[in-house]
Amino acid sequence: MGQITLQGVAKRFGEVEVIPPLDLAIDDGEFVVFVGPSGCGKSTLLRLIAGLEDVSGGRILIDGKDATDASPAKRGLAMVFQSYALYPHMSVRKNIAFPMKMAGVPQDEQNRRIEAAAKALNLTDYLDRRPGQLSGGQRQRVAIGRAIVREPAAFLFDEPLSNLDAALRVGMRLEISELHNRLKTTMIYVTHDQVEAMTMADKIVVLQAGRIEQVGSPLDLYHSPRNVFVAGFIGSPKMNLFSGAPAAEYGAATIGVRPEHIRISATEGKWKGRIGVSEHLGSDSFFYVEDTGLAETVTVRSTGEVNLHHGDTVWLTPDEDKIHKFDKNGDRI
Amino acid sequence: MATRQTQGLARLMRAPAIILLFLWMIVPLGMTLYYSFLNYNLLNPGMTSWAGWFNYQYFYSDPAFFAAIWNTLVLVLGVLAITVIGGIAIAMLIDKPIWGQGIVRILVISPFFVMPPVAALIWKNMIMHPSYGVLADIARFFGASPVDWFAQYPLTSIILIVAWQWLPFATLILLTALQSLDTEQMEAAEMDGAPAHARFLYLVLPHMARAITVVILIQTIFLLGIYAEILVTTNGGPGFASTNLTFLIYRAARLNFDIGGAAAGGIIAVILANLVAIFLMRAVGRNLD
Repeated sequence: MGQITLQGVAKRFGEVEVIPPLDLAIDDGEFVVFVGPSGCGKSTLLRLIAGLEDVSGGRILIDGKDATDASPAKRGLAMVFQSYALYPHMSVRKNIAFPMKMAGVPQDEQNRRIEAAAKALNLTDYLDRRPGQLSGGQRQRVAIGRAIVREPAAFLFDEPLSNLDAALRVGMRLEISELHNRLKTTMIYVTHDQVEAMTMADKIVVLQAGRIEQVGSPLDLYHSPRNVFVAGFIGSPKMNLFSGAPAAEYGAATIGVRPEHIRISATEGKWKGRIGVSEHLGSDSFFYVEDTGLAETVTVRSTGEVNLHHGDTVWLTPDEDKIHKFDKNGDRI
Repeated sequence: MATRQTQGLARLMRAPAIILLFLWMIVPLGMTLYYSFLNYNLLNPGMTSWAGWFNYQYFYSDPAFFAAIWNTLVLVLGVLAITVIGGIAIAMLIDKPIWGQGIVRILVISPFFVMPPVAALIWKNMIMHPSYGVLADIARFFGASPVDWFAQYPLTSIILIVAWQWLPFATLILLTALQSLDTEQMEAAEMDGAPAHARFLYLVLPHMARAITVVILIQTIFLLGIYAEILVTTNGGPGFASTNLTFLIYRAARLNFDIGGAAAGGIIAVILANLVAIFLMRAVGRNLD
C-alpha cells in the first residue's frame, strides 16, 4: 500500500513562501514525477512528504492515516538521495543492512533480503566493498538496494540520476522503470529533466514557483498543455511560441507549435525564413530557422534526411489542427 | 617521470635540508647520551669523569622514578580522556546553529591562548585555593568544608588544569571534522529509522575517527612534556605525588645540579616517549591511512 494525499500542504521559510497551499493525490502503485525548473520547490515538496522538513500548514495522509507530525522513520517511506548518501565506512552489505538493523529484523531475514536485493541490482560481487570503491552507477544501485530492503510503502527519489553521465543515466532510467514494473510500489521521483519525466512517469506533476501548473499523464501534457509554461517545459526540443500578429490571426494572445508539427519546404509555404543552423541526425533533421518575423528562431523537426543547409531560404507551414492557442493570461483556449 | 638522472639530481638537492635536520636531531641527542655516561655535577665541574651505567642505576633506584613514570602516564591518559570526550560533546553543542555562535566559539577557544604558567597560577590562586578560591566559596555556600586541592588531590588538580588548556584544541579539531559530515547521510539515517544515539554511534563517531586520532597523537606529544603547570602549583609534591618524568629530570638538573643524572633521565624519557608512540600508532594509527 502506498497512497499519499496532500491536503493544503504549504511551506514557508521565515517570510518566504516556498510552497503555497497545494492539494495532490497519489494512488497506490503510481509512478509520479515532480518536474520543474530548479528552485521550483519540487525537492522541498518531496522532503515535506519524507518528513525531513516540517509543513507550515495542511496535512499529509499516508494510506489514509495522518502522518503530518510523524517522524521520517515512522512514515514507512524510503528515499534515494542525489548524493546517494551511502555510509562511507560501511561495506555495501552493511549499508543495505542498516535500515533492517535499526528496525530489529532477525539476522537470517536480513541476509535473505540482502541477497535478493543484491541479485536484483547486480551487486552480488560488490557486497564486501566500500562505497568509495564503487562507480557512480553502482553507488546508485546500492542506494536503491538500501531502500528496497525496507519494503517501504513508497519510494522517494530526489534527482537520483543527475550525478551520472549521459549513457549511464539512460541505463539507470530503464532499471528504475523495470524496478517499478516488478515491485508495483508507489514511487515519487523528482527531476528537472523533462525527458526523464516523459519516459518514466505514469503521472507528471509540473511545478513552478511552488505551484502545481498541471497534473496528468505524459501524453496529456504533451497534447494539451494547460498553459504556456507547461507547453514550453514539456517536449524536446521546446515548443515554438509566437505572440502578436501571427497569434492574433488565430484569435489568441499566444500560439504554440511543436517543432514536429511544422513542415519545411524549399519552394512554398506560409512563413518565409532562412536556415541558421541545421542538424542532420539521420533519423531526424533539426532546423533553426531565422528571420521569420515570428520569433528569434523557429525550431523545425522533420523525419529522415532533408537536403537543406545553412543559409537556404525556406518556407514553413504549421499543421493547422496541432496549433495550441493561449489567451493573454497564458491559459489554454 | 623519475628517470635515473633526475633522481640523482633530486637526491642532491634534498641533501642539505635533510642533513641539517639530521644534525639538528642527532647532536643534542648524542650530547645527552654522552653526558648520561659522565659524572658531571655543576657544583664541581672540574671533577668530570666516566661513570659507565652509574647514572642509569642511580636514576632507576631513585624511589621517585617509578612514581614519576606512573604519574606521566596517568597525566597523559587523564587529560586525553577528558579532552577527547569533552571535545566531542562541546563540538556537537556548538555545531548547532545558535544565537551568538561567533562569540560562543571564541569563548570556547580562548583558554588555548593563555600561557601555561599563567593559567596554572590563575587556577591555583583564584579557583582552587582552599581559603579564597572560587571552589572553596562554592563549598562553603553549600555548607561543606573547602577542599585543599593541591594538597589532597595534587595530580587530579594538575590534570584538570591541563585538560582545561587543551580542551579548546580538541574541540576545534573535532568541530571542523563534524562540519564536514554530509547532512544527506544524516537524513538518510534518519529515514532508515536510526535514533539519535545510533546516528552518533554509526555515523558521527566513524566520521570523526581520523580527527580523534590527530588530537590524541598531537596532544600526547605535548602532554609527555608537561612541566610549567607542575612547577608553579605543586612543585612536584606533596612528596612525589605530582612529579612526572620531565619534572624529575628538572629536579636532577636544576636542584641537584647533576647534569649526568638529568641526561640519563632524559634518555629514559626519550625511550618512554617512543614506546608510547609505537603503542599509539598501533592502536589508532590505521585511522590516518
